[in-house]
Amino acid sequence: MLRMEHTISLNINGKPRTDEVEPRLLLIHYLREVVGLTGPHIGCETSVCGACTVLLDGKAVKSCTMFAVQANGRNLTTIEGLATDGKLDPLQEAFWNEHGLQCGFCTPGMILTARQLLADHPSPTEEEIRHGLEGNLCRCTGYQHIVNAVKAAAGKAGA
Amino acid sequence: MATTTIKPQTLVGRGIRRCEDPRLITGTATYLDDIKMPGMHHAVVVRSPHGAAKISGIRTDAALALRGVSAVFTGADVAHLGPVPTAASLPGLRVPHHHLLAQDRVYYQGHPVAVVVASDRYIARDAADLVEVDYEPLPAVTDPEKAIAAGAPAVHPEWPDNTAFTYHQEGGDAAAAFQQADVIVTQRITSQRLIPVAMETRGVVAEWRPGEKSMTLYSSTQIPHLMRSLVAGILGMPENHLRVITPEVGGGFGSKLNVYAEEALVAFVAMRINHPVKWVESRRENFQATIHGRGHVDYYEVAAKRDGTMLGLKLKIIQDLGAYHQLLTAAIPTLSVLMMPGLYRFKNVSADIVGAFTNCVPTDAYRGAGRPEATHGIERMVDILAAELKMDPAEIRLKNFVQNSEFPYATATGLSYDSGNYAAPLKEALAQVDYPSLRAEQERARAEGRLMGIGLSTYGEICAMGPSPAMPAGGWESATVKIEPSGKVTVLTGASPHGQGEETTFAQITADELGVPIEDIMVVHGDTATVQYGIGTFGSRGTAVGGAALYYALQDLKAKIKKFGAMLLKTDAVTLANGACLDEKSGNSASLAQIATAAYVAKELPPNTDPGLVATRFWEPPNFTFPFGAHIVVTEVDRETGQIEIRRYVAVDDIGRIINPLLVAGQVHGGVAQGLGQALWEEAIYDDTGQLVSGELSEYAIAKAASMPWIESSHTETPSPVNPLGVKGVGEAGTIGCSPAVVNSVVDALSHLGVRHIDMPLTPEKVWKLIAQGGRA
Repeated sequence: MLRMEHTISLNINGKPRTDEVEPRLLLIHYLREVVGLTGPHIGCETSVCGACTVLLDGKAVKSCTMFAVQANGRNLTTIEGLATDGKLDPLQEAFWNEHGLQCGFCTPGMILTARQLLADHPSPTEEEIRHGLEGNLCRCTGYQHIVNAVKAAAGKAGA
Repeated sequence: MATTTIKPQTLVGRGIRRCEDPRLITGTATYLDDIKMPGMHHAVVVRSPHGAAKISGIRTDAALALRGVSAVFTGADVAHLGPVPTAASLPGLRVPHHHLLAQDRVYYQGHPVAVVVASDRYIARDAADLVEVDYEPLPAVTDPEKAIAAGAPAVHPEWPDNTAFTYHQEGGDAAAAFQQADVIVTQRITSQRLIPVAMETRGVVAEWRPGEKSMTLYSSTQIPHLMRSLVAGILGMPENHLRVITPEVGGGFGSKLNVYAEEALVAFVAMRINHPVKWVESRRENFQATIHGRGHVDYYEVAAKRDGTMLGLKLKIIQDLGAYHQLLTAAIPTLSVLMMPGLYRFKNVSADIVGAFTNCVPTDAYRGAGRPEATHGIERMVDILAAELKMDPAEIRLKNFVQNSEFPYATATGLSYDSGNYAAPLKEALAQVDYPSLRAEQERARAEGRLMGIGLSTYGEICAMGPSPAMPAGGWESATVKIEPSGKVTVLTGASPHGQGEETTFAQITADELGVPIEDIMVVHGDTATVQYGIGTFGSRGTAVGGAALYYALQDLKAKIKKFGAMLLKTDAVTLANGACLDEKSGNSASLAQIATAAYVAKELPPNTDPGLVATRFWEPPNFTFPFGAHIVVTEVDRETGQIEIRRYVAVDDIGRIINPLLVAGQVHGGVAQGLGQALWEEAIYDDTGQLVSGELSEYAIAKAASMPWIESSHTETPSPVNPLGVKGVGEAGTIGCSPAVVNSVVDALSHLGVRHIDMPLTPEKVWKLIAQGGRA
């Protein structure tokens, strides 16, 4: 097997790092196996479920269908990077308050997608929220409390 | 009604946010795939691409030659190990020997054939592709009705009729009831195969310690203790040398209420290569090789009087079992039989089940497990009867409900319904939608050529599984409560929550009983070395059985706390409140921390009292609990496209007393999402050769945020007398109540076109064709 290594340098949750990676290494495996993060999850490896969602230069992307080498020189945010100085992000707080999660497996991806949604639509309608979250699957909640959480977080961000 | 000492204005009954969430919203929880160990290897399972085939050869040398590959094992290597177990025990049940890896034949697509182990996940995956298996494809059968027809290919050559079992149950005199009937309605109703799709797939990590001859098995499961007993049995290992730990579990819905080949296989591999081994299922494997649910073809007959009084019910179930029995496979349709009368006063019932082997992955417990099928059937039949008699669907239900004065009510299927007020949620739901106005609106819509439907279901279900004599492997639950020397409280529960939130609800119950702050309580579950034996979480039993065990353990502990409190306060009797014992005569009090210290330091002991503050109870429930409710769904069908719009979804559920309304709402919403999935979108489709056509998330449509309607959820509250908390269970209610309400609504929308029944899922194509063909299927 060809195991040619590439060097990548990137910024993850505000911290720079450099690693040698196989060209075929998926970004999700890089984050989980090389960097050691546990927030981004693997739910399908086909970019359908969104459990692996991270922010790449502020945009929500599915890290299971990107190679680690494609993240070279970019800024990545995972759920681990959302709280600042131990203070939860308004979205994290809202998901907790509104019971926007049950098993929690989809939650990191869901919150990061919601983060981009609120960046694009600071005061989203229910329809905009539902449409914006369509790429993230949750099998537990029926989405209603997730919608409530995003609404609540939007209210706080706008206040 | 039950006596209960739950006090008003305490934590129980309040929708507090969950104790488990901080780790989940920060990405710091430890799910199975987050476990890493030094020297850990990775396993990949090679699976059959065929639905049925002979294996004429396997070559593993190319895989073994790949650098980093440590081993490849095939059927011959594990032929000596015990079969994958089934706990279902029906008379005459045919149980094929279920090896951990296929021997000379494969029986379904996804059947495990070999396991490849390597130092790296990517190398293991590469090596799996290098395992060469020679298959000689055989004719397959994937439709259960075709499977039991003459001349079908035999799934297991030793049983050419593909019949794993037949089962008959009756109550009253169905034949006589049908003779007396003014009207008889019949209908074939299917409940299609579904795929559970927990967002986290299955996974196993096995760590073998050769010096101690002990194994730690991490498994994403709903049943850690049963897992330990059964995997030890497969491996021939002493049970006390095996420890099972469930890390954070990313959803189950019944799919992890099982012991699969992979748990024992990964443990076996770890022993053979002397390294920790991890296996994580891919999503495609999850679709092909984790149990499916439902898979019914049902034939219903209802006998009634002209005034709508229902007299008798006959049901024949053809259950698609798949190729093997998993843990509860054959037992699931027997739950459908128990539930078949629904909430109605059927005195005369007759039921038959034929269990059919097919070349598909086994079916087993998926959210509702037998009860959604039964509820869908009876709720469709009641509507069909109402249409036949030109009665209103609400009226015919109210006429036939078990009445409040009849509880406990003995059903013709041998159950004892615990408590109920079946008319209450229906009347509440009808009031919420303003039913007469809705019907008037429907008249106007029809006059305009629009297709508007109003559908209702009044469901019952069997929860709090269950009394041990009625369960395959014990139905009790256990709890231990410990006041630690510092006064902090640890709860160990045999339940194994995986999203339901019992770390919160159990802490609420404990905080109220002991009067301690909820922050001082830690609820521990899912570790067989820490927690006393337990049964697990399924069948809406966590709080209704596990919570009741906790309640009784707390009563024992409180009695002991009071003994130490009285000793410290040098008095005869004390009260326990706000985390302290109080001598009401003197006004002196002792805090729980002081009492705990005294109990562990043990310089002095109360009479006939041991040191320590620990209480354990194993609680055997005297009965199931029987929640009920009414769902009303308003739909509008697009005549041009067959698309269904859900205009309104009203759910009034009676689940007994509510511990945490926020969590209950979550369970209802999630349950409805899965019921709606069955009603509208989801179907596991195998072609005739055994290929799973709907084999990925892109081909199998589960609910998305934009496809869900707003759910208006409310409750009536009829306490259960079965347990001291008065709770009934809520995990499956939404799923069970949903699908018949949706289908009844769509049939109602199309009824004037001659449509009488539609099988799920109600895809736009199916609905459009019905409209285009003037109601004829």
